[in-house]
Amino acid sequence: MFDLVGFIPRAVAQGIPLLFGCTGEIITEKSGNLNLGIPGVMYVGAMSGVMGSFFYESSLADPAQFNALLGFLIPVLCCLLGSLLMGLIYCFLTVTLRANQNVTGLALTTFGVGFGNFFGGSLIALTGSDVPSIALGTTSSVFRTTIPVLSGLGWFGEIFFSYGFLAYLAIATALVASQVLLNTRVGLELRAVGESPATADAAGIDITRYKYIATCVGCMIAGLGGLYYVMDYANGVWSNDAFGDRGWLAIALVIFSVWRPTLAIPSSILFGGLYILYLYIPTGSDSAIREIYKMLPYVVTILVLVVSSMRNSRENQPPESLGLPYFREDR
Amino acid sequence: MAEKQLAVRMRGITKDFAGKVLANDNVDLDVYHGEILALLGENGSGKTTLMNSLAGIYFPDSGTIEIDGEKVSIASPKDAFDHGIGMVHQHFKLVNVFTALENIVLGINDGGKYDLSAAAEKVRQICDTYGFDVNPKQKVCDMSVSQKQTVEIVKLLYRGVDTLILDEPTAVLTPQEADRLFDVMRNMRAEGKSVIIITHKLNEVLSISDRVAVLRKGTFAGEVLTAETNAQELTDMMVGHSVSLNIDRPESRPRHRMERIRVKNLTVRDHEGVTKLDDVSFSTYNGEILGIAGISGSGQKELLESIAGLQRPESGSVEYVVNTVGELEEVEQLVGMDPVKIAELGIVLSFVPEDRLGMGLVGNMDLADNMMLRSYRNGTSPFVDRKAPRQLAERVVDELAVKTPGIDTAVSSLSGGNVQKILVGREIASAPTVLLCAYVVRGLDVGSSHLIYDLLNRQKGNGASVVFVGEDLDVLLELCDRILVLCGGKVSGIVDARTATKAQLGLMMTKMEGGEA
Repeated sequence: MFDLVGFIPRAVAQGIPLLFGCTGEIITEKSGNLNLGIPGVMYVGAMSGVMGSFFYESSLADPAQFNALLGFLIPVLCCLLGSLLMGLIYCFLTVTLRANQNVTGLALTTFGVGFGNFFGGSLIALTGSDVPSIALGTTSSVFRTTIPVLSGLGWFGEIFFSYGFLAYLAIATALVASQVLLNTRVGLELRAVGESPATADAAGIDITRYKYIATCVGCMIAGLGGLYYVMDYANGVWSNDAFGDRGWLAIALVIFSVWRPTLAIPSSILFGGLYILYLYIPTGSDSAIREIYKMLPYVVTILVLVVSSMRNSRENQPPESLGLPYFREDR
Repeated sequence: MAEKQLAVRMRGITKDFAGKVLANDNVDLDVYHGEILALLGENGSGKTTLMNSLAGIYFPDSGTIEIDGEKVSIASPKDAFDHGIGMVHQHFKLVNVFTALENIVLGINDGGKYDLSAAAEKVRQICDTYGFDVNPKQKVCDMSVSQKQTVEIVKLLYRGVDTLILDEPTAVLTPQEADRLFDVMRNMRAEGKSVIIITHKLNEVLSISDRVAVLRKGTFAGEVLTAETNAQELTDMMVGHSVSLNIDRPESRPRHRMERIRVKNLTVRDHEGVTKLDDVSFSTYNGEILGIAGISGSGQKELLESIAGLQRPESGSVEYVVNTVGELEEVEQLVGMDPVKIAELGIVLSFVPEDRLGMGLVGNMDLADNMMLRSYRNGTSPFVDRKAPRQLAERVVDELAVKTPGIDTAVSSLSGGNVQKILVGREIASAPTVLLCAYVVRGLDVGSSHLIYDLLNRQKGNGASVVFVGEDLDVLLELCDRILVLCGGKVSGIVDARTATKAQLGLMMTKMEGGEA
């Protein structure tokens, strides 16, 4: 029998990093910036958090001195700062210098993954441990704190309340992002910037400011996805390249959820489920079949791209000036 | 009428671009409350630049602007709004996926709550006052051009604009829509607002404006009251010397007059299934210019592209008559062919598309390389011949007086008229037997236009069959031999240009209207 109660929490936990990345990328793309650097940003976010927590943990003479509040704040702030810097680099290159967005994004991804692996390796060398990973168990336990009573409610608690607070933050962020985009003046102006910067400019909207802020906020949200992965999903264990290609899936999810953060919530959980489905389907001893199941998220992504490009509804299109630089005196 | 109040006073406005072109040179302009001012000038005379300086798109290099007697500095469109100045640009500044209402409120932050229903109410009031018809909930991408223009104007009025600038507002409208716009403009004048209309259509100037200001090559050429002037005087002011407005129509008598292209029952649908051409049949002859008239979007583009092998018609045929001897005809079917196959048949068919830099030329390539786009297939060597295209480029620059630093300059850096000269020059260099051209003089000034007319006439004299899609009925009537009128994808008639009148063409162009809103 398929173990649904076991499966759903795992799927959600897999989906949360994707949801952070996807929400961040939606906000970014709404400003007309196609940030392909998101995978790198998530790596940097995760690594920055790991470094913050590593140095905090190792600065304590006695593990009993560990302060839960600091143990939570330091990694989160480090993560936000690291991702913000990535966002600023991207904006400076593409908005201020009008460099090509695709090239810049890909460069940032390469850079971010390298950044994560380099410092990951360095920290591993510092600890001098035998296994190629860093374990931050104390910090992780803070991030994995669940709501005491509710999480004990049998299968109901398992499915809805077995997660650390970052998971709920991811869903709240998506809901808030959706509200801001649809029902506020800021959202209207941001969408106008991504759709038609010339129009927004003529209406007196500061294009550069919106692009910078949206992209940097988007990067910070995406960075939290990396942090969630290490601290909560992976129990505080960093090993190089473990994060894998989740960043790319997050970008694909933006298309899957047709640029709507509310749709991003179910679709990232769905993708999270697809990601681990192979563990729950009896595959016998044939590892080839297992590998085929691992392909599922990517196959679905391709199918979605095919279907969405065939169905050409105006509502579900990317922002019109996505990927294009804006320069007022261009004619 | 009582003494009018000065609304805007511009003095000594100078603006140059990158030190190359002096777009405005010490221009003075006055605008009064409650008047419609026509700003008249040829292309490149600096009308739009001057108005962009007033609307905050450009910042003038020198000069002063006073609004209601107060000196102001306008550095951005927002500053302009704050001073009650708004401009409707030729390319609408609207967000396609937004509703009319969202577009109207975009960028307004009065500190109050973001309340779309209150805004909708205000929009309704504005529409009632001036006689607009806008559905605030409709998305811009579902609107017609004229509706989009209305949204633009309402957007300005919503911001409390007192001085409205309309940049060539009628260029995209049908005559009926233009009349409706003129009514609205008169309503705005009655409300005490100033309306500036940028145009180069003299009949509009004469029918709508109170006063005319004329720019010539970036300088102020004078102003007159509309009631005290006429078309000839305005043209002379625009051009700076007396010009003949007449276009030559040489009689050409080919020794062997015959049909060249025979279109039979041609029906074309676009990819959404909308019928663009409906059972169109006609013939063109060698040594004549066949004009195609019609409201834009009546199927002109599809017609030319079907002949050139760029569209696959749903049904019907396009025949190219190679030669006729007595009753015998040698005919090639062009339907189902692409341009390469047509060329392989030995048919020299040239096409000057409407979208010059999109379809005709590659903007980032230089003149010589653009010439090569037509000749790169020649010869059997694996390497292309660069010499011939360079010579051709030099010849075109020379013969057509193209203003360019050299043939190694990227085409996109040239002005519209020069780009068109290069395109036409390349197309006629191959001595075509069929020359298709769409809106060849759009955006060109009088001088360049006449040069193009001469080129077309020369092709006609050489025995080519020229198809000329145009929008200016006066030009069509003077240049062409016969005029085919399209209306909603159907041929509403073919007339002899020597005897037809403008009114007659206008009626034929709109004959089948009425079914559609």
